[in-house]
Amino acid sequence: MRSNIFIVLVVLLVSPLLGLAQNVTISGTVISDDNGMGIPGVSIGIKESGKSTVTDISGRYELSLDSKETIICSYLGFIPQEILVKNKTEINIRLVPNLNSLDEIVVVGYGSVNKPDLTGNVSKIEGDEIANIPVPNFQDALQGRLAGVFVASSSGKLGDGVKIRIRGTTSISAGNDPLYIIDGIPVTTAGSIDNSNPMSMINMGDIASINVLKDAAAASIYGARGSNGVVVITTKKGISGNTKFNVGIQRGISSPTRKMDFLNASQYVELFREAGYNNDLAANKDPLNNPQDYPGSDLQYVENRLDQYAGHSDWREGTINTNWQDQAFNGDAGVTNVNFSASGGDEKTRFYLSSAYDKQDGILIRNDFERISGRLNFDHNVSERFRFGANFSLTRTVTNSLPSDNQFNSPMQLVALAPISPIRDLDGELTDRPTTTYYNNLIDSENSSWSTTSLRNINSVYGELNVAKNLTFRSEFGLDNLVQNDDRFFGSRTATGQSSNGYGSSRWLKIATYNTNNFFTYQPFLQGPHKLEATLGMSFQKSENRFTSVDGQEFPLDGLTTLKSAAEIVDGLSTLTKTSFLSYFTRVNYKLDGKYLLALSARYDGSSRFGKSEKYGFFPAGSLGWIVSEEDFLKGNPYLSFFKVRTSFGITGNALIGDFDHMGLYEPLPYGLTPGLSPTQIANPNLTWETTQQFDFGLEFGLLEDRFTGEIDFYNKVTRDLLLLVPVPSTTGFETQRQNIGKMQNYGIEVLLHSINYSNTNFVWKSSFNFARNINRVRALSKDQSAIPPPYSSYLNGIYVDQPMAVFFGPKYAGVDAANGDALYFKDEAQTETTNDYNTAARLFLGSPNPDFIGGLTNELSYKNLDLVFLLQGVYGNKIYEAAGGYYANNANWFDNNTVAQMERWQEPGDLTDVPQARLGFCNGCSASSRYLSDGSYLRLKTISLAYNFPKKWNEKLKINNAKIYIIAQNMLTFTKYNGWDPEVGTEALSNSFANANLFQGVDLYSAPQAKTYSIGLNLGF
Amino acid sequence: MPSKVFFVPIILCLGFFTLSCNEQLDLKPAQEIDEFTALESDANIKRVLIGAYANLRKSDLWGGRILLYSEMLAANNEIRWEGTFTQPREMLNKSILTNNTFVTDTWLSAYNTINITNNILNAITIVKEEDQDKVKGEALFIRGVVYFELAKLYGLPYIAGNTDTNLAIPLILTPSRGGKNGGVVERHSVEKVYQQIIADLTNAEQLLPETNDIFASSYAASAILSRVYLQVGDFASARDAANRSINLAIANDKKLMANYMDVFNNESDGPEDIFAIQVNSQDPENAMHLFYSTPEFGGRDGDVSILQNHLDLYEAEDDRLEQYQERAAGIRTNKWRDQYTNVKIIRLAELYLTRAEANFREGTSIGATPLDDINRIRKRVSLLEKSNINLEDILKERKLELAHEGHILHDLKRTKVAIVDNNNPELSYSFDNPKLIFPIPLRELSANIKLIQNPGY
Repeated sequence: MRSNIFIVLVVLLVSPLLGLAQNVTISGTVISDDNGMGIPGVSIGIKESGKSTVTDISGRYELSLDSKETIICSYLGFIPQEILVKNKTEINIRLVPNLNSLDEIVVVGYGSVNKPDLTGNVSKIEGDEIANIPVPNFQDALQGRLAGVFVASSSGKLGDGVKIRIRGTTSISAGNDPLYIIDGIPVTTAGSIDNSNPMSMINMGDIASINVLKDAAAASIYGARGSNGVVVITTKKGISGNTKFNVGIQRGISSPTRKMDFLNASQYVELFREAGYNNDLAANKDPLNNPQDYPGSDLQYVENRLDQYAGHSDWREGTINTNWQDQAFNGDAGVTNVNFSASGGDEKTRFYLSSAYDKQDGILIRNDFERISGRLNFDHNVSERFRFGANFSLTRTVTNSLPSDNQFNSPMQLVALAPISPIRDLDGELTDRPTTTYYNNLIDSENSSWSTTSLRNINSVYGELNVAKNLTFRSEFGLDNLVQNDDRFFGSRTATGQSSNGYGSSRWLKIATYNTNNFFTYQPFLQGPHKLEATLGMSFQKSENRFTSVDGQEFPLDGLTTLKSAAEIVDGLSTLTKTSFLSYFTRVNYKLDGKYLLALSARYDGSSRFGKSEKYGFFPAGSLGWIVSEEDFLKGNPYLSFFKVRTSFGITGNALIGDFDHMGLYEPLPYGLTPGLSPTQIANPNLTWETTQQFDFGLEFGLLEDRFTGEIDFYNKVTRDLLLLVPVPSTTGFETQRQNIGKMQNYGIEVLLHSINYSNTNFVWKSSFNFARNINRVRALSKDQSAIPPPYSSYLNGIYVDQPMAVFFGPKYAGVDAANGDALYFKDEAQTETTNDYNTAARLFLGSPNPDFIGGLTNELSYKNLDLVFLLQGVYGNKIYEAAGGYYANNANWFDNNTVAQMERWQEPGDLTDVPQARLGFCNGCSASSRYLSDGSYLRLKTISLAYNFPKKWNEKLKINNAKIYIIAQNMLTFTKYNGWDPEVGTEALSNSFANANLFQGVDLYSAPQAKTYSIGLNLGF
Repeated sequence: MPSKVFFVPIILCLGFFTLSCNEQLDLKPAQEIDEFTALESDANIKRVLIGAYANLRKSDLWGGRILLYSEMLAANNEIRWEGTFTQPREMLNKSILTNNTFVTDTWLSAYNTINITNNILNAITIVKEEDQDKVKGEALFIRGVVYFELAKLYGLPYIAGNTDTNLAIPLILTPSRGGKNGGVVERHSVEKVYQQIIADLTNAEQLLPETNDIFASSYAASAILSRVYLQVGDFASARDAANRSINLAIANDKKLMANYMDVFNNESDGPEDIFAIQVNSQDPENAMHLFYSTPEFGGRDGDVSILQNHLDLYEAEDDRLEQYQERAAGIRTNKWRDQYTNVKIIRLAELYLTRAEANFREGTSIGATPLDDINRIRKRVSLLEKSNINLEDILKERKLELAHEGHILHDLKRTKVAIVDNNNPELSYSFDNPKLIFPIPLRELSANIKLIQNPGY
């Protein structure tokens, strides 16, 4: 098998030119583009004669040939090159690694396999590809780089979670996040304070590779937690040899990707006076022309309000014109990164040590993120039979946090304030209500603090013993300890602390997860064409979440912010919750004749989260592969260098629900300071996993010596026995019951292509393209139930059988009645009749928040020492609901500032517009409808970087191995038709439970746009 | 053969893990207890009873919103909603959506509370015999008042007639426990629901102790009962219930306070409180304060303002005008000004007004003459005592005395007075207009196929 992956030299016929040839001796060095080091053993052949030689230990070669001939330089894992000799006597060759190389190692659960032997679907990315991207967590850097992996951060607010969906959404009421494994240990991904993202505590620079297990063959070894896919992260390891040091530094500036246009002062006055006056006209009053109508008129009411909002100024003179949106953004946003690593060792002991500092100053005011991390990984061979090692990492992050998007003190809500309101009064103090329409949360900037400090320690140790020939036993023990402290203080001028001389809160959280894996790996040496590898083991995990909080108020002064100063402690609590998993697993990989592959795996999983009668589940999977290119009829084919078909089927589970959802429970609930008990949950002793059956069929191919490689996968994923929160009649005293009922389907296609478009010594151009189409359908809910309609009147997401999850459902906006300015909605399904009565409008399907397809295209161009890399990323076909549209795009329904588009309002009969007549307080079209839905498709120049690698001469002079200086831009260009700020959005404000997070997809609620960042950086290796 | 030596500890290790870990799958919650434990002993059931009060006090119920609903639906162009919340605005505009979250949440909390009381009543024999009456009385009181609030909000008024065919709400009198849920039931008639309310409260009045600290007492039960009888138009019973409540309350040191504004913004029950919801900094929800107060007192932005139309109703020397103050750029009432103060549910003044009205309508003078009772109210607020009165005077006095306390909608409905639209003064809603009652929440209709939506939705 291995020999087949050696690149076969293809000789093409070239007509030799006679008479001009002369014999010369050429020499030179072959170095790797990766590290500038000489490569020994590279084959240097003469194309015309077939004569060849190999490079020596330092990469040097010497060859005599005819000056008209061409040499071919090839080496496993590198792109081969052809060079015309002409009259040169020294030819130095820089070989570029072929990342398309098909024989890379893929990390799977409890082991690893060579890519050609893999029968499952795994997407892989190298840590180096994303190391320099200026984003706060590695998840953001994955966007657009992995086929079928949808990544979106909820907003440009730092510290928020990142949504990752692998092959679609499988669950309605349980979690849809993948399982994360770091160096073999499942790590904590949820349960942190205010849903801050625990993954932002991983230093991106330490990541060696990320493997995403997508199909059942790959993921079912993780059984009950495999349905949402598994993200397997390995951290860097030391390599024996000289100690290598790497230093990196990066500095950049950030700004919002997009801003919206809001009314200026004169437009605001015009629109709102008109809104009041329209009301008066409708009530047969004309305060403008009949002064006696003015007292008590709505126009008077509006003008009084304008007086109020103008504060010390006079709105009639237009002296104040505040752009409140600009106030929400931080003018000094940017990123800083400094990192250091050392690695090396000898044959017995190898180490990798790193330390990094990251600072992100968010694009929003009062929002920044700082991370300091350290890591030590080492491996030691005690003897040929026994080795052990450990990975220690410690990270501290400090986030200056912001409240959820739906809070008045979230910076983005400043856009609601009137442009006629001054920011400061004549004494220089920030204005507040009643001058501002709502709380002027700039006061929070001066008079509050909110800092979340996290300390995370992910440690693992392992021992590996060759128990017998071919039989290895490995034992791993990991501890993931997350400690968070969240301290808030709102001073006496803030909305939160105003009535109580300040309000403070201190929260502490500790999540400790320990895990052990113990397994045997058996690799017998078999006679003949058989090759076998088997794994058998067990795993146990327990996680404990302890939380304590104290809230206090009545502070003597704003300078004393800790709770010792609070005269009144108003709230305090501590909670504890635990969960555990006990699992047994096995896997057998069999290979026949180097071309027929079979893999079987199974896991038997038990969890504390399930009812007494259903604690354990069984998750088998099987897969087959056929390396067609190893068959005689294809072997050595010059065009098709590799071809494999594979298929898999298996069962995985999902256990992302509450820890005690199967029990009937009463919780403490006091009244009048007397302790009481109140029921919270209805029992379901039969509660168990939701199971996903997944079928996958894939093709892998390599063309023209693997210059062009690709993978195409078709899959069908059916999830049954959903862990559904079934709405029960509340006359039972309960709202929902967790039941195993319902069905969801995801099916689609994934395409992954790599190509080396052009390569020679000076110029290499490579492209990588991925595309995924996922079709998601809810197939069944509980008995007799075909829908879970939108639960809140101001949102449109609902759940309907045979529709995509969280489909938008509600009245369809039909524009404006040209005769009277009424907002219209379609009255019937055929959309032939319209009505101005929102309640009688037909409820229709309005679009899906899930994209039809997602994709990414990376191009890497290197010319001599220059590297240009850019990634285009996009999603297509999804809709986004602007939940705040009813406030800022409501044709002056209330006093929130409106968007400039609202100036297109209907004014007189015959006006053709989509914006209804302005009527204060009448909600003319402001209710939730398709008026606030817009196309969320976008194409983005996600990342572009230009790097200059120092030439060897400089490096030698500077006594370093390599050096690179680069500029990088993230989110530089965005093309979209979305009406709101940024199309990569999904507010976290409604994600207080898995069920709500799944339902409220594609919702923008004053969510911050993404950050656009330009950075410059330097990497040094010595 | 050293390999065998290695096998032993490995196998021991694996065996150890497997055995010890298996037990680790049986974890118990630390913040909750199993439902059967909650109802297995005298002490536990009494804790569950406190839990029933704790649910009754939620902001969706007597924690304030039920009062707000009445004020919004019957704003009558006397008050105005100025807040951003669309749910009260929909009520003010009489265009309530069927998934209005306030409408849904109140329904959910109400049935949650009812289920707790049903569980207590079902397990009453476990309670110590000497405490059974009290526990049962309190559970019946809570169940009765919650059904009463639901009947008024989600069904047409009793006074609209057709009480055997008009639908109120589903009556559930048995507990759901142990995973079973038999909640798919029809709405019962207005008649049936009111009969149950009267039965529960009558029963409660007899079982409850004379006084009961912050919890339901016998005079609280008779006080609510007098409201129920007013709604069904049984004035003689309303009069008697009010009179019983007054007598018992006075015997237990309840009295009208000398200064009207002293009645409000109390952290604990005052001499005039017959029943109030306890609010404190530990348990701070008070929806009336939240929406009626202003930022400097811990409220929202002043979401409700009082209009001149309302102020014009008072006589100039009325002390009750002292409650009005300009704050947050609007006229506000001080009745709900301070944070962490109790939600007034029923106070003695209401009982005098009820007795006066019922005596007047019946032509009786049980307890006191209507004139005496009305003058008692007027004298306190520095108004001239009347020498003779009519029904209109009594109802106006009632309206002003109890203004902004959540009475107006139900008083207007039972007296068949139309409610003026806030936006268009020429438009009004008659007392039995279906727009003055809530829709059955959309989520409930889809979870329970037997429910029929209210007319107008």
